[in-house]
Formats: sequence, C-alpha cells, structure tokens
Amino acid sequence: MGRRTPEKDIQACALFGVMNKLGKRFGCEMVVTALKNMKVRGNGLGAGYAVYGLYPKFRDCYALHVMFQDGNIEAKRAVDRFLNENFDVVDDEEIPTNPEANVVDPPLLWRYFVIPQKKGKDKVLSDDDYVVSKVMYINTKIDDAYVFSSGKNMGVFKGVGYPEDIAEFYMLDQYKGYIWLGHSRFPTNTPGWWGGAHPFSILDWAVVHNGELSSYGTNRRYLEMFGYYCTLYTDTEVIAYAIDLLMRKQKLPIEVVSKIFAPPLWHIIDHMDEKRKKFYTTLRMVYGPLLLNGPFTVIVARHGEMFGLTDRIRLRPITAGEVDEYLFISSEEAAIRAVSPELDRAWTPPGGEPIIGRLEADLDEVLPSQ
Amino acid sequence: MKSYLLNDFIVERIEDRCIDCGACIQQCSFGVFSRDKDGKIKIQEEKCVGCLRCVIFCPTKALIVRPNPTTYRPNSYWTREVIQDIKKQAETGGVILTGCGNDKPFKVYFDHILLNASQVTNPSIDPLREPMELRVFLGRKPDRLEIEFNGADDVEIKTELHPNLVAETPILFAGMSYGAISYNAFKALAMAAAEFGTYFNTGEGGFPKELREKYGKHAIVQCASGRFGVDPEYLNCAAAIEIKIGQGAKPGIGGHLPGEKVTEKISETRMIPEGTDALSPAPQHDIYSIEDLSTLIYALKEATNYEKPVAVKIAAVHNVAAIASGMVRAGADIIVIDGFRGGTGASPKIIRDHVGIPIELAIAAVDRRLRQEGIRNKCSIIASGGIRCSADVVKAIALGADAVYIGTAALIAMGCTMCQRCHTGKCSWGICTQDPNLVKRLNPKEAAKRLVNLLRGWSLEIKEMLGGMGINAIESLRGNRDQLRGVGLEEWELEVLGIKGAGE
Repeated sequence: MGRRTPEKDIQACALFGVMNKLGKRFGCEMVVTALKNMKVRGNGLGAGYAVYGLYPKFRDCYALHVMFQDGNIEAKRAVDRFLNENFDVVDDEEIPTNPEANVVDPPLLWRYFVIPQKKGKDKVLSDDDYVVSKVMYINTKIDDAYVFSSGKNMGVFKGVGYPEDIAEFYMLDQYKGYIWLGHSRFPTNTPGWWGGAHPFSILDWAVVHNGELSSYGTNRRYLEMFGYYCTLYTDTEVIAYAIDLLMRKQKLPIEVVSKIFAPPLWHIIDHMDEKRKKFYTTLRMVYGPLLLNGPFTVIVARHGEMFGLTDRIRLRPITAGEVDEYLFISSEEAAIRAVSPELDRAWTPPGGEPIIGRLEADLDEVLPSQ
Repeated sequence: MKSYLLNDFIVERIEDRCIDCGACIQQCSFGVFSRDKDGKIKIQEEKCVGCLRCVIFCPTKALIVRPNPTTYRPNSYWTREVIQDIKKQAETGGVILTGCGNDKPFKVYFDHILLNASQVTNPSIDPLREPMELRVFLGRKPDRLEIEFNGADDVEIKTELHPNLVAETPILFAGMSYGAISYNAFKALAMAAAEFGTYFNTGEGGFPKELREKYGKHAIVQCASGRFGVDPEYLNCAAAIEIKIGQGAKPGIGGHLPGEKVTEKISETRMIPEGTDALSPAPQHDIYSIEDLSTLIYALKEATNYEKPVAVKIAAVHNVAAIASGMVRAGADIIVIDGFRGGTGASPKIIRDHVGIPIELAIAAVDRRLRQEGIRNKCSIIASGGIRCSADVVKAIALGADAVYIGTAALIAMGCTMCQRCHTGKCSWGICTQDPNLVKRLNPKEAAKRLVNLLRGWSLEIKEMLGGMGINAIESLRGNRDQLRGVGLEEWELEVLGIKGAGE
C-alpha cells in the first residue's frame, strides 16, 4: 500500500479518539486499527497520533517534539542553543523511528524534556504561557525548525503517510497512554508536509479535525487580537488556538465552549426561558467571531479530558461509543465496531452537542511518577 | 445677464400621445411646463433637472427627458461639466451647490472585489431550506465572559455587559434630518426600521415628539454641531446616540438649513425660532481634540445612565484609521465611517467631489488598525457612504464592518431619482422638501413599504451569498477577507484592502 492517492474521488478525514476513563494506559492497536478501517477517508498525505500518559518518567517536564526540515542540522543547532538559553534541558534524544517504514522524506525528529528557566520580563509569565511564547518563537523565527508537540507527559507523532505507516515509522507499539487520538488526512487546502499533519498541539492540548471552516478569516483575525498568529494556515490551527484562548486562558468549560463554536440558532434561543436566552444571546454577542462556521468535526484532548464536537448543522460526521471504561469518538461507527464489536452504548449526538469524556480517577494515583 | 449655460436636459413631448391633461404642469416642481396664452403646453427645458417626475406621471407616456446631446467641442480635459461650472460661477460669483454624493468616475473598489463560494470541500448552504442568520449586535463587547458554571443549564454571567443594539439585518438607515428631508420621508424611515427590526437615524434635526414613543426604540438620535433638538428626553427616548463629527459628502463642512424651510413644526423639533436659518457649524465647538470628544461621549452616557451605546460618525479621511482608534479609546461604542460617495441634501460641489477617501479602503484600514491594537471588539463599525446593493453590504462586512448605513439607496427606494437638486427644496418626489404640496406626494405608509421591501430583498440576497460561501451566520463573515478576491487592483490596493488577487 503506497502513498498513491486512491483513484476514487472522495474527500474526508478520519478521526478517532479513545480514552480509558480510569486512566489505565494501553497501546496503539485500537487507534491504528480504527484508522485503517476508515482508509478511504484519507489519502496518504498525512496521519498522526497524540498520546496522553506517554512520558511518566519525565512527567514534570515539557516534552518538546521538534522536526527539522530536510535534516537541517543548522536549525537543530539554533534550537539547541535557544532551548539551553531558555530552559533547563533535562534530557534529549532523537525520536526513535523505523527506517523500513513506508514514508517518504521524513525530517530529522528530536525530543527534548525541558523545564522553563524564566528570566527578566518573562518572569511574570506562567510556565504555560512561557512555553507557548518560546514555541511560537521557534516556529516563526528559526527556519526549518518546527515544534509540533509541547505538553507534559504527552506527545504527538505525525507525518506524511497512511496512519498505519506513520505508526510503524514512529514505532508506536512501544508506547502506552490512557488517551489516544488519531487522524488520517485527505488534504485539500494545504500541501501535504510533515508539520501539516494532525494532531495539532500546543501544551497538553491536541486537536484532530475534519472539515473546512468558511469562517476561517473571521476566526483567525479575532485570535490575532489575543496574540495568536496562525503560521500554518490551516483551520485546525485556528481551532487549537481558540480552544487555548477559551479553555486554558479564559477557563471556560467545554460545555460552554461548544456553544461558542457551534451555537444554537436564533430561532431556538428566542424561545428559551429567560435565563438561558440571556446566556446564549450574550455568548453569541461576545464570542460571535469564534463561531466555527462551515463543516467541522473535532476531537480535542488534554490531560484528564477528551471531547468531540461537530458543527451546528452537522455537516461532518461524528459518532460515539462506550464499553466498560473506554470511550470512543470516531468519524464512523464502523471504526468503533472494528475495535470493539460489542458496545454498551453507541450514539450520534446532534450538531453542537459535545461528547465529553472525563477521567474518573485522580491522574496522580493512576499514573505515579516512575 | 444672459446665461451662456447649455440646458442639461431636453424634454420632448410626443404630440400624438399627449391628451393635454396638464399632469406634467402639476407634477413639475421646477416650472418646466406651463400653458401659454393660447392654452398650449409650453416647455422651458432650461429649468429641467431630470427628476423624471413628469415622465412617470404622464398618463399616456408622452414625455421623453434625456441629456442634452448638444456638446462643446469634445475635450477630455475641459469637459462639458468643467466648462459649465466655470460659466455658472462667472454668472453668479458663488459656490456651486449640489446634492447627493460624489458622482465622479473614481475607481469603485466594490466593483473590483469578487466573492467566494463553496465547491466540494465544504458544502454551500441553501437559505431556502436552512436557517440563515443576519442578526447583528452593535456596541462594545468585553474581551471575555466570566461565568459561574453549575452545569450546562445553570450558567451565571459575571461580566458586566455594555449596551448593544440588536438589528435583524446588518442594514440601518443613515442619518437624514427632518428639515433636510420631509416629515413624511422621515416617518417612512422610522416605520420601516421598526417593521423590519433595524434602526433609523434622526440626523441632526431633532426627533418629532409624537414619533418618539412608537419609533424611539428603533431610533439612533444624532447629536451634531448644531445640537438641534437635543435635550435629555430626546437622548433617552432613543436606542442609541450618534455624535456626528463629519459626513462623507462634505467632510469638514457644516450645514445650513435656510430659514424658509424652518416651518413651525421644524422650529419646534429643532428648538429654534421659526424662519431662522439653522446653521450647523463645521466643527463641534466643544470638540477641538480627542479628549473633548471623550468628554462629550461620557456626558451623553451620563445623561442616559450608561444604558445606550454612543456612536461617533466621521467622514473617511486620510488618517481615518488613527482617528478611529482614538475614537474607540475615547469611549465610542460604535464608529461610523462615511465614505466619499456618501450623499447629502446640500453640499458645495467642490467639496463633494474632491474630499475624502473610498469607504472600502477606509473600512479595511480601520478594521486592521483596531485589530492590531487589540481593540476591535471594543466597538462596532458601521460602513456608510455609497452602499448600492446587497453585494456591497457583504463586501463591506467581509472587509471588517459590522453593519452598514444606507442613505441614498433608501431615498431611491422612496422615489428619489438622483437629480442632485436636494438643495433647491423643490424635490418633486416629496422627499427633500418642506413645501406642503410636495410633501404630501409621499405617502409614508407606501414609502415605508418600499423601504421594507428593499431591506427584505437585500437581506434575502445576503443570505444567498452567505449560503454560497457555506456560512450561516453573518458574524462569520465579519472581517472574513479570505472570502474576497481583487480583480484589476494594484499591489498597494490589495495590501490596503488586505485581500488576495483573484487566482491567488
């Protein structure tokens, strides 16, 4: 199975997320199997995974996954220098890969485990904001270097290829996590380059996305006011930044954020009771520029939480399933059934209704430091 | 002194159609038609302004009015208009007055911008079958909402909110004062705004008391340099207040309503003696700086208990972006930018045709500046001045406006034919006149119906365009310049507009 685009003219992306709500870690088999099952939704031009509970040994360090385009060693030197100036680099190594895997032109891939060393005016920043600003710096100022993962005890692995090839390339069978997100891509509006594959991630947030936002320009320009500059020109980047702004910085819960991204229609709001009407009206008034208009499905994760959401008029598919302590969110139910033929529950939520999975255990207890 | 001017129009009467009913004599308010001593209809076509009232109302369609084909020796520099203007001034020694907006062939940026539509990768949305939302909120928004979350159905908002206008379509009627336009035209605008769920603007001529209760909720009352009719009751009866600093048709210029138009009713509404000239100074004499503007904004907010958004309207001029930024920082909740195509009842022609900048460039520049400074959501932007059709509305919003004002288009809907003789007070369509015989030609109910129809038609078209782009709420169009492409524009123009060229 090469990187040949299937001849059949179809477009879509495959999304899959699986979470163990008790925080037990498991391998990559389910997510890879599910994405393989949805093969026709991708075209071999991008796939990737996000894994939570990945690096218990370095759980207090930010794990930076960096790609250096064309193996540019100068870029790596610049990043090494930059990281040593701004962080305590606890450990670093080349990300292990399988040279036999069926992928083309992989970049040089490196991971660093770092602790912020804030100086001067940066001292007022929180650790998270500090890391974001340094990641933004590398991504915009150092040519050929791109940080694609920057959370603690989690990591993103992605590249150009079919999902199973990317999994093989990164040798994902050596990793375990309690949440796995996966994505298989059918790019339409951005060239298939390694950094452009999903998931997109900043800090411990990871986003996989299917769709094309008609509101991209509005969303992007609103986010610029809050210091988020899109460098990748993808819809997913916009969604990731919007989530960071609303959930991390403004501390809004997903139940509210989902109503910002996919608000109820006015004719429904106008018939609500006074309190809800006021709330939804205000939400739309204040956050109208972050309405994600046009088709989208996203699955988003951070430590302890995974949720899926589709647009207000359901132009992209999303479906969910539960069995025991596992929650699945997928583009297709078939993919869930491929992993777990028997389900306690399988359902398709309406547009704008989030599917929310929250850890039912204390993360510190189920994932002790090693 | 004999006039050397050429007639602007020639008026022809088709003899075998004419039934000699005299309707043309009655209809023409400029005195073109009369009967000679033999009772035959006489035409003095040098008086014709091309308003076409006679043509429309001739029961047998016996009249033709067309531009006078007689020309000077053709010259693309010393054009007919230039020569005529010189002759006119040589005969009168005055400032040439005119009405309506700039009619010169400057580049129309709207006509060099094309819209996007969805194909394959995302679906277009059919507005006939799916909801398509045009509701807009105008006013200051907070950067964020603080909430208390006790489950999805129990959310308390902690953030204090600023008052906002809610319009059911992003189209509002621009400021046109009672005095400049007739009572019936003014009332028609109020009725239409109320019926459609949008707003009209009183202009600076006050707000007749008997209309306040019914239409106040849909009124934006203006506070301009003449302060006509401004008192606490006037401010408090309205939905919002607009401070008018300038207007697109005559940036930097004041206004002058001649005493003969100041009838008893207008005198009462404007709070000035009957028959006196109503002079609006060029500047507001209590605003010589940005801090003075802030003082007035907060004085008006104090007077209305911070319950109404305060808008500030300026003409689009060279430093419009920096000025707009100052206005927002001074406390304006809504800023209105009026482009150089903006119309007016009366303006010196030289000002109308040579001052100001295009609204498209101004909106793009203002929106960009406010975003760069992180204050774009502290205000709403209304684009005004020369909005001709629903596509102009969509383009203005995609460039960064929240909504638009229409003035000229609204007048055209009521009957105006753009003859540019607003300043004469003889408007044959009953719109821009105080002559009671002419005013009663305009039935407010029928005019309101025409206005509502226009809003409806444009709104439907906006929905079609949005649906085509795969957007089902107008807020997702605002500032969405990715949906625009330029054709036939230079690099610097694309840069200012912040859009790509077609094919890019």
